[in-house]
Amino acid sequence: MSAVFDKKIHQTLADANLQLAIYSATGRLKDKRTESVAADALPDYQELRTHANALKKHAIENLDHYLEEFERNVEAHGGKVVYCKDGAEVSDFVLDLAKQRGVSLIVKSKSMTTEEVDLNERLEHHGLESVETDLGEYILQLAHERPYHIVAPALHKTRYDVAAIFEKELHVSYETVPEKLSQIARGVLRQKFLDAGIGISGANFLVADSGAVVLVENEGNARLTTTAPRIHIAIAGIEKVIPRAQDLAVFLKLLARSATGQALSVYTSFLSGPRRAGEIDGPGEFYVVLLDNGRTKLLPSRAKRQSLYCIRCAACLNTCPVYRKIGGHSFPWVYSGPIGAIITPQFMGVSHEPGLPFASSLCGACAEVCPVKIDIPQVLLDLRSEVKKAETREKTNRLEKLSYRMFAWVMTHPRIYAWAGWMVRHAPIVKVGPVRAWTSQRDLPPMPRQSFRDIWSRR
Amino acid sequence: MSREHILHRVRTAIGRSAGQPPSAAPPVRLRVLNDDPAARVATLLARVEALAGKTYHAAAPEDARAFVAAAIAGKTALASNAPFLAECGIANLPGVRTGITDREDLRECCSTVDIGITSADYALADTGTLVMLSTPREARLISLLPPAHIAVVPRGRILSGLDELFAILPNAAELTSSMVLITGPSRTADIEQILVRGVHGPGEITVVAVG
Amino acid sequence: MGKRVSLFVTCLGDQLFPSAGMAVVGVLERLGYAVDFPKDQTCCGQPAYNSGYREEARTVARHFLKTFESSEYIVVPSGSCTSMIGHHFADLFRKEPETLARAEALGRRVFEFATFLTEVANVEDVGARFDGIVTFHDGCHGLRELHIREAPRRLLAHVRGLELREMQPAEECCGFGGTFSVKFAELSGAMARTKLEAIAQTGAATVVSLDASCLMQIQGALSRAGSKVRTMHLAEVLASR
Repeated sequence: MSAVFDKKIHQTLADANLQLAIYSATGRLKDKRTESVAADALPDYQELRTHANALKKHAIENLDHYLEEFERNVEAHGGKVVYCKDGAEVSDFVLDLAKQRGVSLIVKSKSMTTEEVDLNERLEHHGLESVETDLGEYILQLAHERPYHIVAPALHKTRYDVAAIFEKELHVSYETVPEKLSQIARGVLRQKFLDAGIGISGANFLVADSGAVVLVENEGNARLTTTAPRIHIAIAGIEKVIPRAQDLAVFLKLLARSATGQALSVYTSFLSGPRRAGEIDGPGEFYVVLLDNGRTKLLPSRAKRQSLYCIRCAACLNTCPVYRKIGGHSFPWVYSGPIGAIITPQFMGVSHEPGLPFASSLCGACAEVCPVKIDIPQVLLDLRSEVKKAETREKTNRLEKLSYRMFAWVMTHPRIYAWAGWMVRHAPIVKVGPVRAWTSQRDLPPMPRQSFRDIWSRR
Repeated sequence: MSREHILHRVRTAIGRSAGQPPSAAPPVRLRVLNDDPAARVATLLARVEALAGKTYHAAAPEDARAFVAAAIAGKTALASNAPFLAECGIANLPGVRTGITDREDLRECCSTVDIGITSADYALADTGTLVMLSTPREARLISLLPPAHIAVVPRGRILSGLDELFAILPNAAELTSSMVLITGPSRTADIEQILVRGVHGPGEITVVAVG
Repeated sequence: MGKRVSLFVTCLGDQLFPSAGMAVVGVLERLGYAVDFPKDQTCCGQPAYNSGYREEARTVARHFLKTFESSEYIVVPSGSCTSMIGHHFADLFRKEPETLARAEALGRRVFEFATFLTEVANVEDVGARFDGIVTFHDGCHGLRELHIREAPRRLLAHVRGLELREMQPAEECCGFGGTFSVKFAELSGAMARTKLEAIAQTGAATVVSLDASCLMQIQGALSRAGSKVRTMHLAEVLASR
């Protein structure tokens, strides 16, 4: 792995307070999920997962068709679809529109897709004020930090951290009661909602047969972002499209339960265009930005394209024993946890962080909780093979390649294997390499004098 | 333009050609609950209470009116233009403003009033959810900006759950630009996983079932 | 009975945990099985596969297939090795139809030890006695790829004198993960220590598992922490009298 990755992991493991924060927050979310999908709470759970997987598979395998259907329906309802190949095109579009409409203030609801393309940075660079309205994202925006978790962005922050951030950035007195901190944020953001010229949201789902954007949230900031300003721009990856509104009966039952253990999140919005004739409020203009940004690189592989089924529930993060120790900022990209581990190498290339697919014990807990049944461990194994193929091509890590070649040779020559085993058990222990790594954390097992085959041969 | 470029990349990756019909989609899966309609009101209200909402089961519109009158006493309220609110006599309660159709007036009023009063197009019993479509009768901000929300729903609009909603309303986009499912008061747990209510949306929600 | 089974003791079991393998033999023979030990056996190839070296893994897997081709039943005291053979050989030989067919046929005859007892030998009471409080660690491959949860518990339930206490939380990875344990040593150690906390909460004196690899990780951490808790393979408990 890279030195950067190693260091971040070490730093996180060494921070006892952070360890507690990550472990208890994810533990709470994990337990709530478990309770909400138990047989007595959701008897259809496994069946729903199977359906959700089939629906996503079908949507991805016919993606062009559904994107076009979505586009037609958005336009039929008075909206407009804009295809963007990367973050620069997204920000160009937003900047252009803001300029044309004389907008200087934008409000945003939570969207990992916009994090992915650093939208706020780009907008701010051009003099626009773009304010995050989700409480967790707002805290992080003030702190100039990346999200720590896909659903609970400020999971790593204590109330004291938040108090310090608000005191410094909002010039309010130091306040540590969460309820009061939330009220402070509410007060500031309220006026922003009402003054902003554009509201930018993400999209949990894009519904092809309705031309609708579905937003799932608990605070109400996404509703306000998409209701108060005159213009609504929804930015979503192309993989978010699902065939029919009726398919939401499957997805909505899985999403909130998998994410937070709620039967439904507080607000689920189904938005299809600017306000219709007679509707009293709502935006007058509606745009959906369909973002590629490398998703088309994940499509060709039949084995790995399931990585695009993700509905961003973060159940895999909450259950992953690795994430629960190394946290979100150890990961090299905005997407962390098991899903981050499989999509990052596919977006960025396996050499971007070659250690990433190996930062897993392959325990499979993630696959067990994924509502759309992505076989994350299998994709990790495929990526590991790709990392090694790249290293072979680039002629790096030759010693390791050689040692596995030796491994294969030894394991196909039983007498050599038996001798090698004897050496392991009888040779003096030298604390280098793997032995040193092992003993840095735990004791070696006692070395038996005789192997099983020795004992067996003397029967 | 990027549209053609992206669609082309998609097609190449998944091995399809432009205009090619899609493969057979998995069937729609709707499992409408076989519940007892008579028990729906009780189920709905119990679910709302479990989410820290307040509830009231009014036997008749007059009871609903009386309940709401007491709930808004000493406070300012804006009622939507839902005919059912007028039928219940709630729209003309003293202190209740109603009949707003102008966007700016609506914003102004919603941002200062204490309570927003609406009806709902449907309610979902099994999750304690209100379903609200944006129409000339129901504006979006009334159930969103004021710190408290009272929804008055006739019994007949209470469905068993999400599946029944999508069974009878397969495409809300044909009717409205906005359909919102509201399940409990606004909340967040973004700070130390501690639950706080009323972050942006109403922190107090009351569901009155009538009939 | 007169049934014959072949033992695949696994490379780790052969070299570092021979008593577990001997316990398997003891339990099976007591049940009337004739156990043979194909001497050419070495490894299932999992270390290479998990490290991304597929060609090397295939080489080892082919040797395994050759060694065990004529075995009617193959019993394996490891969830992860059983899963490698039964599930992942198919992935390795996806592009070699002939070898794939052989792997699939053989995969159907490979059984993790506890599963063999409960589903093939159809026994739950093997006449064992083991006094003490025990907690059971579910190795991840056995649990999630082979769906083994009940079999070891039913077997332990019939061990006289044994009190089984479950860990809370249960089903969490011990942090071994093969080469993960040395590539990400500090992280692996942190995961092991979390497991130790769960073990301590049960008050158990012994941790039992189906996999020697998990036991090696857990025992190593227990020793380092100065704990008196010991680890035993399920077979060793079932062989106790």
